[in-house]
Amino acid sequence: MPVTRRKFIRIGAASAGGMVLGGGLVSDWYGLDAPRLTDPATDGDRIVPTFCEICFWKCGVLAHVKQGRVTKLTGHPDHPLSRGRLCPRGAGGTGLLYDPDRLKKPLVRTGRRGEETFREASWEEALDRIAGEMDRLRRDYGPQSMALFQHGYGSSWFTHLFRAYGSPNIAAPSYAQCRGPREVGFQLTFGDGVLSPERVDMERADCIVLIGSHLGENMHNTQVRDFARAVGRGATVIVVDPRFSVAAGKADHWLPIKPGTDIALLLSWMNVLIEEGLYDRSTVENFTTGFDQLRAHVAGKTPEWAYARTGIRPELIRATARKIGAAKPAAVIHPGRRVTWYGDDTQRTRAIAILTALTGSWGRAGGYLLPTAMKVPKYPYAPYPAPDAPAADRAKPSDFPMADATLASGLCAATIPGSSAYGAKGWMVYGTNLPLTLPEPERVEAALQEAEFIVAIDVLPAEICGWADVVLPEATYLERADDIDAPAYREPYAALRQEVVSPLHDSKPGWWIAKEIANRLDLASFFPWKDVDEYVDARLSAAGIDRREIREKGVVLGPRTPCTYEEGIAPEFGTESGKIELYSAALAAAGFDPIPEFRPPEEPPAGYFRLLIGRSPVHTFGRTTNNRLLSEVCDENEVWVAASAARELGIASGERVVLVNQDGVEEGPVKVKATERIRTDCVFLTHGFGHRAKALSFARGRGADDARLMTRVSVDPIMGGTGMNVNFVTLKRV
Amino acid sequence: MPRRIMVLDTVRCVGCSACVIACKTENAVPAGGFRDWVVGETRGRFPQLSLENRSERCNHCDHAPCVDNCPTGASYRAADGAVQIARAKCTGCKSCIAACPYGARFVHADGFVDKCTFCAHRAGKSTACTDVCPTECITFGDASDPESAVSRLLASRRWKVLAPETGTEPKVYYLL
Ligand code: SF4
Ligand code: SF4
Repeated sequence: MPVTRRKFIRIGAASAGGMVLGGGLVSDWYGLDAPRLTDPATDGDRIVPTFCEICFWKCGVLAHVKQGRVTKLTGHPDHPLSRGRLCPRGAGGTGLLYDPDRLKKPLVRTGRRGEETFREASWEEALDRIAGEMDRLRRDYGPQSMALFQHGYGSSWFTHLFRAYGSPNIAAPSYAQCRGPREVGFQLTFGDGVLSPERVDMERADCIVLIGSHLGENMHNTQVRDFARAVGRGATVIVVDPRFSVAAGKADHWLPIKPGTDIALLLSWMNVLIEEGLYDRSTVENFTTGFDQLRAHVAGKTPEWAYARTGIRPELIRATARKIGAAKPAAVIHPGRRVTWYGDDTQRTRAIAILTALTGSWGRAGGYLLPTAMKVPKYPYAPYPAPDAPAADRAKPSDFPMADATLASGLCAATIPGSSAYGAKGWMVYGTNLPLTLPEPERVEAALQEAEFIVAIDVLPAEICGWADVVLPEATYLERADDIDAPAYREPYAALRQEVVSPLHDSKPGWWIAKEIANRLDLASFFPWKDVDEYVDARLSAAGIDRREIREKGVVLGPRTPCTYEEGIAPEFGTESGKIELYSAALAAAGFDPIPEFRPPEEPPAGYFRLLIGRSPVHTFGRTTNNRLLSEVCDENEVWVAASAARELGIASGERVVLVNQDGVEEGPVKVKATERIRTDCVFLTHGFGHRAKALSFARGRGADDARLMTRVSVDPIMGGTGMNVNFVTLKRV
Repeated sequence: MPRRIMVLDTVRCVGCSACVIACKTENAVPAGGFRDWVVGETRGRFPQLSLENRSERCNHCDHAPCVDNCPTGASYRAADGAVQIARAKCTGCKSCIAACPYGARFVHADGFVDKCTFCAHRAGKSTACTDVCPTECITFGDASDPESAVSRLLASRRWKVLAPETGTEPKVYYLL
């Protein structure tokens, strides 16, 4: 048995007694035993380059492995998204790998759905069962009756499986519950979306506007670096947020806006830019349509008009508009990321896009870039079968005409009979914890009870697993290889996810799971490769990338391509008119406002606060709240309440309260953070806490789960996003 | 002789705690112990507010009360000016913990007192927190070299040290 330090000291104290305290001996000790530093020895004897999956930014990581154990994760120095640095979550990835609560074996449900009672099963049995159910559903109702809910980079294998199987019902909540409205708003305006990583060039911007984005708490590594560089350089920062966010703390101007009134502010900014001639004339004249209509539309929408709606003083609106105008085109109005708030979210993003057009910052340094991806040809699969039906996510085909992806909320609804043209009967859920992700918990539970078959593939026993019939333990991102990552970015690159250590427990990589299911469904021809390495090699050789080099380095950089008009890109817009559409004829034709209108959202009833949600820098939703390493920094959420409002309620900071929403749903208890840093008409909660799953032994019961309070949504009629900021809560003392 | 100091830019720091997590894994700091931590200090009343984020750690003070109060000589000053702990000599008596005005020290799970070493095992090259910080707000270097990045930052920016009234003369500086 190794003698621990504590024991050694005890032995020492017993035998040497008073000597330790004898003052004169101190220097003798010093002389006898020169002080020696202890090397923590966490450098790996092997370092494996790969990329991160603790969030979906996908930074390059160097994984240090010592005697088979991953000791630490550091930023890959050459990967453009990390450049040697990581966010706290990425640095804490070992907390996921070694999470004692991980799914360890395939599980088959023994009790009722949602009771979380399972027995262990062999892979053979679990895969046979899944394939059997998928085969039965295919025969009974057609392949469109299976829905795939997915999130994360490893989902590519399952998306491929579903296309081969013939289902159009493949959805990620990151669309209708997160950034969908933003993509559609920009598509409608510029004929191009925002992308991820966002195409914003904060690094070179002279003015940055964050409106509903809390960078610094939302920790996408490179974006935060670019933002910090801009702050360090003295760029003008304007932050619009009902809460004094960390970013607001860096701002030259903080606009503590009344929640739900962003469109009014954006229209009044346009009013000032146009009235004072501060917009970019050459962009407007050469590349836009509808300027006259826009000018007429915003004519009366002065800062005074906006003041009455937003609560932002007219002088401040004017001053900030002038700063945006002065910095143009190096003025970037950040599109935000999760923007499903009030149901008018596509229009709100349209307003951001129009303002962007007025500043002429699209396609310009310090604005919105036009990046390209390194060319890595797709694997040459045979064509997928054409699905027999359109996706089941809409009650009527005419619903949400501008949606350009399937709605996870819609597929969930389609599982309840009578809600859609045909029902989703079977679910495969990969890497997304639907009960904490989708709003309207009652509907989600009804769908979960209704489905004929549910399989969950995950690394942790998240809530969704408790509802599944079969649960498959996937290997974490540090134990598996995945597809090549080569996104459009200002520094084009291709990166590899590589197996750092072999899968722990009885977990298996996603590619293997998908291939095994395919083999059992007579779809083996869609998985012609032996393993992921053979697949990756085929793509690498088609791309002309040296496989030894990329395996050794983890990333290869492509040639830099021009990203701005200044660098020679010709302005081209994928809109109907071929121009930037300030006025959208497409929206008008579909019966929507062609230029965004401001309509105030419903006010909270007396005594209620609007519930706003956001992020903690050390967590990625509920995916990391069981990570014991990250939880050392933050292990529960707090509800932020204005100090004055808390005083009136007689509630002190640190006290625990239960949140009760407008429909009487209770959630908590959760700690109160009484603070000057938020308006009095709203409260704020970080998302991802309040787990209930029995097997999440750490996260269970810590903090409050906002999803349970989202009993109402305001659905965006343009693309189906579920606006969730329409719920109100009171605080009940416990 | 080098004089190793650390300069942190509060203007850039977002308080994300990447420095905390990276330190914990680099130095294998057991659960519950922290060699660095993040403070967010809000001042003012809504809506006139300011926020200062600081990543704090041992200040490696020039006049270090921990060294003065250590009865065994375990806490000592190394050649580069940093304050270090010789684990073999530490009895875990906690005198230093009581003496430190910054709360920088804690008892390690294995019985000795632990704290930031400026990643001394990397021989002064860099520290884990410096390397990881996504906002690039931490600079570590040699103040005896007037051309070093740390010297230039201190010469060109306003800065402060924590609790200067205690007369400890910290070697961790915060840019304002
Ligand atoms: S931003 Fe953080 S969590 Fe996301 S990929 Fe990068 S290091 Fe990982
Ligand atoms: S990593 Fe950098 S930005 Fe994050 S808290 Fe530490 S010092 Fe601040």
